[in-house]
Amino acid sequence: MRINWTSVCVDDQEKALRFYTETLGFRLKHNIPLGEHAWITVVSEEAPEGTELVLEPAGHPAVVPFRKALVEDGIPYTSFAVDDVGAEHERLVAKGVRFVQPPTDLGTVITAVFDDTCGNLIQIMEEKAQP
Amino acid sequence: MLHVDIYRAIADRTRRAILDELVDRSGQSLFELCARLIMKHGISSSRQAISQHLDVLEAAGLIRTKREGRSKLHWFAGAPLKAIGERWPISTDEDISRHEDTSHSTDEDMEE
Repeated sequence: MRINWTSVCVDDQEKALRFYTETLGFRLKHNIPLGEHAWITVVSEEAPEGTELVLEPAGHPAVVPFRKALVEDGIPYTSFAVDDVGAEHERLVAKGVRFVQPPTDLGTVITAVFDDTCGNLIQIMEEKAQP
Repeated sequence: MLHVDIYRAIADRTRRAILDELVDRSGQSLFELCARLIMKHGISSSRQAISQHLDVLEAAGLIRTKREGRSKLHWFAGAPLKAIGERWPISTDEDISRHEDTSHSTDEDMEE
């Protein structure tokens, strides 16, 4: 068994595609029109054959209160791994991304949380080298 | 709103750690506070439990909350702690030695 896809629910798929590719730097893998919506997935430039992130339309009525509750408590919908949280924070802030939590050293990891502009908070995490 | 006195509010290790973390950085979400408590203090209480601690601290006036965007953030508000210093003012070494001198003479007076 492998984890092939994971997903984030987004308000607007086209806007999300721009944010996840142009701003975050992921690469478009699939964009297949399916009626009202599309099957859109992106992958990391560092692992183009790796797990795909599905930009799923947030159409189900239950998604609205669910995401509202997560954002209210500052809980990220998902988390991405980076080599250097500080450098990513600087790069993304320069592109206008709003962080709700700046880089924070939690001992074994450094994390930060930003708003993906499509209804989610996303965490980035760097594992610190063990001494 | 329920009023909680500051002595009760700070009589709990988890609530003191919450204040420590809010002094370290103002404007934290429940998620960030929980992450700091578990990673830095080994406090692995549920989010719901931490949320209840935050309610107690807010009722004591020791934290304030504010919405930023769609998130609820927490700030440390130290003003109520002034009551402690006013109730038990801090003595300087000079105050104490002056007091000791006075009490010695009183003892002698009593012996006479």
